[in-house]
Amino acid sequence: MKKVLSVIVLLLVCAVTYAGGYRVSLQGQRGLAMGHTGVAYVNSAEIAFFNPGGLVHLESKLSVSVGGFGVFSDVKYQNTEFGTSSQTDSPTGTPLYLYAAYKLSEKSSVALAVYTPYGSTVEYPTDWSGSHLVNSIELSAIFIQPIFSTKLTENVSFGGGPILAIGGVNFNRNLTRSLADTDGNRSNVEVDASGVKGYGFSVGGYAKFSDKWSFGVNYRSRIDIEVEQGEGTATFSNVPNSPLAPTTNGDFDFTATLPLPAEWTVGVTYKPTDKWVLNADVNYAEWDIYNSLDLNFLNADGSVALESINPRNYQNAWTLRLGAEYAVSDKFALRGGAYFDESPVQEGFFSPETPRNDSFGFTGGFSYNVTQKLAIDASFLYLTFREVDASYDAYTESGVEAPFAGTYRSSAFAPGLGLTYKL
Amino acid sequence: MKKYFNYIALPALALGLVACEPEFENEIEDGTVYTSGEANFSSYVAVGNSLTAGFADGALYITGQENSYPNIMAQQFALAGGGEFTQPLVNDNLGGLTLGGTQITNNRFVLATDENGNPGPALLTGTPTTDITNVVTGPFNNVGVPGAKSFHLVAPGYGNVAGVPTGQANPYFARFASEANATVMGDALAANPSFFSLWIGNNDILSFATSGGAGVDQTGNFDPTTYGSNDITDPNVFANVYSQEVSLLVASGAQGALVNIPDVTSIPFFTTVPSQAIPLDATTAATLNAAFAAYNTQVLPGLASFGIITADEAAARQITFAEGANFITIQDEDLTDISAIVQGPPFNLDPITAGLLSQLRQTTNDDLVPLTTAGVLGTTDQDFLNLLVSLGIPAEQAALQAINGVSRPLQDQFVLTSQEQELITTAQTQYNATIQALAQSNDLAFVDARTALQVVANGGVSFNGGVLTSDFVTGGAFSLDGVHPTPRGYAFTANAIIDAINEQYGSTIPGVDIGSYGTVTLSNDVN
Repeated sequence: MKKVLSVIVLLLVCAVTYAGGYRVSLQGQRGLAMGHTGVAYVNSAEIAFFNPGGLVHLESKLSVSVGGFGVFSDVKYQNTEFGTSSQTDSPTGTPLYLYAAYKLSEKSSVALAVYTPYGSTVEYPTDWSGSHLVNSIELSAIFIQPIFSTKLTENVSFGGGPILAIGGVNFNRNLTRSLADTDGNRSNVEVDASGVKGYGFSVGGYAKFSDKWSFGVNYRSRIDIEVEQGEGTATFSNVPNSPLAPTTNGDFDFTATLPLPAEWTVGVTYKPTDKWVLNADVNYAEWDIYNSLDLNFLNADGSVALESINPRNYQNAWTLRLGAEYAVSDKFALRGGAYFDESPVQEGFFSPETPRNDSFGFTGGFSYNVTQKLAIDASFLYLTFREVDASYDAYTESGVEAPFAGTYRSSAFAPGLGLTYKL
Repeated sequence: MKKYFNYIALPALALGLVACEPEFENEIEDGTVYTSGEANFSSYVAVGNSLTAGFADGALYITGQENSYPNIMAQQFALAGGGEFTQPLVNDNLGGLTLGGTQITNNRFVLATDENGNPGPALLTGTPTTDITNVVTGPFNNVGVPGAKSFHLVAPGYGNVAGVPTGQANPYFARFASEANATVMGDALAANPSFFSLWIGNNDILSFATSGGAGVDQTGNFDPTTYGSNDITDPNVFANVYSQEVSLLVASGAQGALVNIPDVTSIPFFTTVPSQAIPLDATTAATLNAAFAAYNTQVLPGLASFGIITADEAAARQITFAEGANFITIQDEDLTDISAIVQGPPFNLDPITAGLLSQLRQTTNDDLVPLTTAGVLGTTDQDFLNLLVSLGIPAEQAALQAINGVSRPLQDQFVLTSQEQELITTAQTQYNATIQALAQSNDLAFVDARTALQVVANGGVSFNGGVLTSDFVTGGAFSLDGVHPTPRGYAFTANAIIDAINEQYGSTIPGVDIGSYGTVTLSNDVN
């Protein structure tokens, strides 16, 4: 046990998370094991994330779920026209969650939820053929949310709460495909910001039609992570010493906005027997707010020294999820699931920074009740992307489009461990 | 619990580490996507001159060498069985050479801005650290020697450092020659080529061209040891040594590619400064026209009527100016020297005026003005000014008579006249015929670099993100010396050679994305 805990603590140290498209659906062992479903399934404090409306139906006075994942992701790129190839060497991502729910009365509950629904860590070899778009990127956002949940009737309830999001970004790329100093060192910029705050909320509704059927709906609002002047630093290096160069070496303030899109979820839970639970959820993420990643690099007086416009043109995207749970015994439950995740990336905007095409996720896991109060949860996700020929066409040099094209293939594997405690 | 962790979580973890490696259907890294056809790229050796060495911006420096066309090609060959490719890298990115601590060649050009913000080439500042007495040890896969002509490759002692100060040996070859008496070809063969490229002969005409035709056309002289550095090599001498070189390279069964000689009119060194380079206002033009009126209307028709010059020559020697851009005045050594005659009756001109008129004409659109002439045009010929003043001509009036390219005609080395171009073209055509014939008879790939560069010079070549042209500074193909390519230009060259190799040997080597190669380097760290 101690060892397992120490592993979790280790993972906690580097609170960085992975995703393609930068949404990371790893917000609970039990939910993930069932295809990351659960908007209509009241089982543990994970409901605080999946649907605050269902929280009040938790039977225990105190329910706690805590855990984390290790995300091992790989992206491979190649371009057979030019014989170039590359592969990411991304560090392990560690999305985490903590949900603690407390039952005030039969009619109402409160909870605190801490989770990391957005993030991305992609690291290519420095100066690889797409280094003018990205060398490495590390996005992280931690959401902290107090929740109140109450029953309207015995079987209908709702809940919600404000979200404080704390985001960070570290992004490194070369300025162009070829600009370098006299020693051939590629001109580079690294932007770094952390502790950037954003605010939003989530609300959910839950209805139990019978012992077999229940229904849930959840909405999590858009949150903009806005980096203001003074909150981050952009460092330019290896820029040639010339007024003809786009900028000069050194640190600049910058402003940028990274939108974390709103997400709708509706779903049903069906319990055909005492031993079986079946979930079906649908997510709809409003990615179309992510038009362009625009960075303004500022002079000391706040005027814009250089701007970087990076069109993204994301589109809203669906995710279809299925999951099942089977209670082997009082002590042991097995889970499995699968989902189809539609990419928000449109043709011609496939950037190696978020190399995300449509993907299939396969999940599994189990819970083991060590005591009446304490359970250990484990799960895994295997996310597989089809091989795709794609390009990012919006990159320009001297006003001329210079598409970055190639073949991509990605995959991710995320095993997780957690604890569930009920009092 | 421990039991479950061991039996489920650990295998799952192991599965994860395996499953994390996504695979392409046709994976480049597997080495099966590209084929070498009938060629064997395991040991590629490139033989040639500055172009092969990766010379650029008037110097040889590390990043230039890294972007040499042979090095670019070798990276692509590596996708289909190509082996390691070693180059005799210099010591820094400044590019100047030293001999015993004394600098003997300039540092590289970079694109700098002057006090008004106008960009132009300037020498990168810094103390170079490549001393040619520090000989690097081969064998090397790149045996490109800047400055080498066709016959130098088989000349023993061309890399003898003792011969460098006297011009008998080449400082670039002295740096990596295996011994004092080595030949370039011998050192190339020491690398055991399974595949080679040979691009030599450019300097056999180019040094004549860049010197503005100051050298001699040695056609008919079969002894290259008597040639000056700016002379045109006799085409038979070229054919003889080139044939020897090809024979040496193919003797052990190596395959390869022969690259022909591009036109001098494809390089910005000759296409940047227009022959109509003298801007004049109306008043100055009128003053100058008045000064040349007697020459145009009396001297030239008179000489023609005496039969001293032809009517055509009389017409070609007319000097006229107008408001706007004007043709440059030059001293053309292919014209009849009239300086003695016009000092006699009926013209009775003074010696200075006679000297001015001796072989005077204005350039036409058929003449090429070297890049280096730009720095001379419109400046004052100080020696001539001093002479005039010493003869009692008022300084103000003397200054008007001493403007280079206007009142003071440019000397031969500042313009490549159409007649000089004809000498070059004649030799080049014969060299290229030799190269193509030897490629055919030896079943080697033939690379028509001449046509490829013509396309770049006439409209340009589209690539992902732009158009590659031979416009100076902005075109992307040529470095700041106006003669040698940029990394992007070398990448284009590599692609042209790869295409010819694929065609000859049935290989499927991919070209490179030339847009990801740089052009001119910006820096204000200049002298």
